[in-house]
Amino acid sequence: MRVVAAMSGGVDSAVAAARAVEAGHDVTGIHLALSRNPASYRSGARGCCTIEDANDARRAADVIGIPFYVWDLSDRFHEDVVEDFMDEYAAGRTPNPCLRCNEKIKFAAVLDRALGLGFDAVATGHYAQLRTGADGLIEMHRAVDHGKDQSYVLGVLDQQQLAHSLFPLGDSTKPDVRREAAERGLLVADKPDSHDICFVADGDNAGWLREKLGDRAPNHGGAIVDETGAVLGEHEGTYGFTIGQRKGLRIGRPAPDGKPRFVLDIEPVSGTVTVGPREHLAVHRLSGIKPRWCGTVPRSLSGTVQLRAHGEELPARVRVGETVEIELLEPAYGIAPGQAAVIYEGSRVVGSATISATGQR
Amino acid sequence: MNDRTVYLDHAATTPMVPAAVEAMTAHLLEVGNPSSLHASGRHARRVVEESRETIAQALDCRPGEVVFTSGGTEADNVALKGVYWSRRAGDPRRTRILTTAVEHHAVLDPLHWLEDAEGASVWRLPVDSRARLDVDALRDAVERDPASVALISVMWANNEVGTLQPIDEVVAIAAAHGIPVHTDAVQAVGAVPVAFARSGVDALTLTGHKVGGPYGVGALVVRRELDVTPLIHGGGQERDIRSGTIDTPAIAGFATAVELAVKHQAEHAARVAALRDDLVRRVVEAVPDAHLHGAEIGAERLPGNAHLGFPGCEGDSLLMLLDARGIECSTGSACSAGVPQPSHVLLAMGCDEEAARHSLRFSLGHTTTQADVDAVVEAIVPVVERARAAKR
Repeated sequence: MRVVAAMSGGVDSAVAAARAVEAGHDVTGIHLALSRNPASYRSGARGCCTIEDANDARRAADVIGIPFYVWDLSDRFHEDVVEDFMDEYAAGRTPNPCLRCNEKIKFAAVLDRALGLGFDAVATGHYAQLRTGADGLIEMHRAVDHGKDQSYVLGVLDQQQLAHSLFPLGDSTKPDVRREAAERGLLVADKPDSHDICFVADGDNAGWLREKLGDRAPNHGGAIVDETGAVLGEHEGTYGFTIGQRKGLRIGRPAPDGKPRFVLDIEPVSGTVTVGPREHLAVHRLSGIKPRWCGTVPRSLSGTVQLRAHGEELPARVRVGETVEIELLEPAYGIAPGQAAVIYEGSRVVGSATISATGQR
Repeated sequence: MNDRTVYLDHAATTPMVPAAVEAMTAHLLEVGNPSSLHASGRHARRVVEESRETIAQALDCRPGEVVFTSGGTEADNVALKGVYWSRRAGDPRRTRILTTAVEHHAVLDPLHWLEDAEGASVWRLPVDSRARLDVDALRDAVERDPASVALISVMWANNEVGTLQPIDEVVAIAAAHGIPVHTDAVQAVGAVPVAFARSGVDALTLTGHKVGGPYGVGALVVRRELDVTPLIHGGGQERDIRSGTIDTPAIAGFATAVELAVKHQAEHAARVAALRDDLVRRVVEAVPDAHLHGAEIGAERLPGNAHLGFPGCEGDSLLMLLDARGIECSTGSACSAGVPQPSHVLLAMGCDEEAARHSLRFSLGHTTTQADVDAVVEAIVPVVERARAAKR
């Protein structure tokens, strides 16, 4: 096959590209320029958008011996991922931009362009496994390395996208990948993992949102109240909060029972943030919208759901109708509308939905 | 798939000519710092001075006017910053620098810096749809307040679309007020006649690797009467304008290349222009909505430049697809981290952003053959179709 290997400049995508070559594919490396104003140098472990990362990707392609180009997708990324991130926070929800990027950029804009240019597939360094099922459809399964498994952020890919994807690292562990990178002479072998959101360079989401949202912020402050409505403090904008957040509330007065308080609810229109004890964060039911199914649309199933990247698997019963109704057999805590619920049957990813509402038992 | 590389990016860099390689390698094994006083030093000095004389002869200047640098970018920086500083020191009112909107980044970026850091006021004058300077705009800009103009910098030939600038007219406007003129002639030397004294410019940039010489060496030709404040201080080797141990082998290769390029300029230009004309004609025939950017084919365009727009395509898709077939060209614009930005030259010519992104620059040179042109013509239809499919 003719394969485009998306190379971030990190160790995983470099090894993935090398393995695609070894599997006999005709591979071309590409680096996605996603930032409109890329910083020259990365700071710390974050990000994958600096010029230095592009250079690392280029050197890896040299070592592997494949052609290399940079594709500028900064406009699409800004429209589909960054703007969406801001809108979601402004509306009081908690989005995951990595899922959005996979759905709209890596396995859509990039894949479409690759197919148009005569390529057959896109290979990435994600940790997930693809298998052909008994029905002939492509199934996506969790990676062998459960600690690195990234099937959660890929849970938005449909059959068409999966049919043109390659994840060469799904059967390996991270230490093995690093070792292999060193053996292959890839200088990125010991480059730190990336974390957090690539376009928020310093990891300060609230600060970034404060600066970027400007007039689009639904409010620039409001009251922090308890469940009786008693005002406990003030804040500088609801977009700075996530349900389940404990730190940074700056409430002077301790709770009567002396226990820590968590964000239970965010109301962007009135600007009210409600806090309360941890047990009130418990969620037993979820409603999901905008489902994305990896294969055929399921009716109802008993399986597991994962509610955040590297989150735990929770046993659940799922009913698919106009919405996706998920009943959790044990409670989840700190679940916010906007997060993705990815549904599994065993190790297989069934699909995902965006959480629109949560409920108690 | 071709197993042969079709290299059509000579405006980026062109292969060294064998005589330049010989001249350079002949000196690589010789010891001697041209600044040393012993026999080996004197020998190296002689090579450097003979090279200087060779270049002076080829470019119609005096040997003492040739200041060797590390290349075109350094020569541009020396000319712009060095002349700005000395002119402003002579009269603090001289803070304006007049230039065009289509200069190379080696000119644009130092001027940005002078604006940000040194209080310069840079006027980027408009060009017409062929990228040719609006001479009336230059005249107006000068006559508004001639005493405030530190210098004028106008490239001899544009690196992207190949348009030649009206240097004679620029010089005439400047001379009336005693304003020095710098020109970046990196693309022009060897491609069109370039004579320093006859042109009337005060400073001229050229570089080795565009004329069949080595990388990393170039020169600023600058009139003795023009004061230039140095950028690099040290031993003062090059007329106190430029310090640093003189690179004898590179200079020997550079001089040989300049001498040959200038000597063969007319026949080279005629041969390359004929190939270029054939390329443009047949590509436009094969892809009917393809079109040439810049000056019409003729005396106002570099002979080896074919800058073509392909509506409905991304320039970088075209480049990649041609590269996969062994055909090497350029999107013609500056890159940031390998990402082609919409060309400032095409934008200044009045193209919209889409047009500024759908272009390719083929630049022909001394090794280009009819087979190279044929290869492009053969590949262009499927490549354009593919690139259009990728954009939909």
